[in-house]
Amino acid sequence: MVFSHRMQIFTNIGRYALLMASVFRRPEKWKIFYRLTVLEIDKIGVQSVGIVALLSLFMGAVICIQTAANIDSGWIPVYTIGFTVRQTMILEFSPTIIPVIMAGKVGSNIASEIGTMRISEQIDALDIMGINSANYLILPKLVGALFIFPFLIVMSMVLGITAGAWVGELAGVISMPDYQTGITYDFRPFQVAYSLIKTTVFAFIIVTISAYYGYYTKGGALEVGKASTQAVVYSIVLIMICNLLISQLVLT
Amino acid sequence: MIAVEGVSKTFGTQHVLRNVSTVFETGKVNFIIGRSGSGKSVLTKCIVGLLEVDEGRIMFNDRNFTAMNEQERKAVRQEIGMLFQGSALFDSLTVEENVMFPLTMFSNMSKAEMLDRVNWCLKRVQLDNANKKFPAEISGGMQKRVGIARAIAMNPKYLFCDEPNSGLDPQTAIVIDNLIKEITYEFNMTTVVVSHDMNSVIEIGDRINFVFEGEIWWSGDKVDILKTTNDELNNFVYASDFMRIVREKLQ
Repeated sequence: MVFSHRMQIFTNIGRYALLMASVFRRPEKWKIFYRLTVLEIDKIGVQSVGIVALLSLFMGAVICIQTAANIDSGWIPVYTIGFTVRQTMILEFSPTIIPVIMAGKVGSNIASEIGTMRISEQIDALDIMGINSANYLILPKLVGALFIFPFLIVMSMVLGITAGAWVGELAGVISMPDYQTGITYDFRPFQVAYSLIKTTVFAFIIVTISAYYGYYTKGGALEVGKASTQAVVYSIVLIMICNLLISQLVLT
Repeated sequence: MIAVEGVSKTFGTQHVLRNVSTVFETGKVNFIIGRSGSGKSVLTKCIVGLLEVDEGRIMFNDRNFTAMNEQERKAVRQEIGMLFQGSALFDSLTVEENVMFPLTMFSNMSKAEMLDRVNWCLKRVQLDNANKKFPAEISGGMQKRVGIARAIAMNPKYLFCDEPNSGLDPQTAIVIDNLIKEITYEFNMTTVVVSHDMNSVIEIGDRINFVFEGEIWWSGDKVDILKTTNDELNNFVYASDFMRIVREKLQ
């Protein structure tokens, strides 16, 4: 049982590698590839702006209030609130938690879309026409996600930090000058770069893992649902593992 | 002409195809019939290259498809049109875009030329007023016709139809059958139809291959099939009361 489970892991890794080898080929027609990529940028990125903005605004506001509520000592300067909001948004919430949410929204969508195409023989139809179905279906999604994810994450950082400022002042826990001192205190632009590196890796994970589970779906509607769930679960697990590895490699 | 020579295919320990050899002739409607699970769909998938054969070879007019690399196969695949059991139309594209799809991918036609070709194909399958509809907005029979229009858009030499009548009422099924026959004769295509519908076989079948337990058990034409003494084929052909009545009348 354990042996067969281990073998299944190796089978999955092998099939994933083969799928990626098919994905990274020259597109059949560049014009069609560009058109599909723009559509994917809209579907993956632009249509996610609302949820990302909403979550970032509320998280920035909540972090501000919680930090203020937990600072009891007079020895800790008030601007620490702004500093904490900035560090949390830039280092962890925007580059990691937003991709986790995107794995649920975009990942399940990719897996179910490709999975449905598989079970309704649309992928077979592409293959029989002589089209590299993996390249045609997955590469535009991947390029689209790699392009748009950093914009979403930067937007999330800005909105979170801004929401912290508004709520801090409205709630009377921190003045705007103190907050500004906090968010500029010991600011290292490299941390933004580190976040964008993480985001790019997570975008790759979300698209390719979800596409993998969709592409190899077998059976019917039940299996499409299962593929969608697996895509989300494995994407999140890999995001967490890579988050740890990248943090260790880049920050230490 | 498509020649299947000594093809075997195994999944794990299960032998699905055993040394299958047959010929699908040009300008004829060639049937592959057999019970569910007999191996007819696997045989078709091997012929079109969706599955790799373990042994044997597939010849498309003297071109050994089995020995070709992916780039060479691509050229052959552009000569193949396929109608799928569930039509396999792209949900996100309109009828017009579905038929235009292979032209967009592989031809150097202008948009106007492509539209002309699409309209011609849709007219050929008697579907001229559905260009802007999505597959979900048209009936099963219309979807099959769009599938045929897409299959013939690139002017293929070979046409494969997987269960073309499944899920259709008898009248629509006959319309689709006749369309397949007319197109085959009109364009002198090598047509291979996978089916277990005896009505279709009798209606349009020129040459019939009966697959049983992964082997070609019997080959012949539609006159021979009604007179066969082969037990397995008899059980298949005369499985329904209707066909048994036909047999009594014939006798």
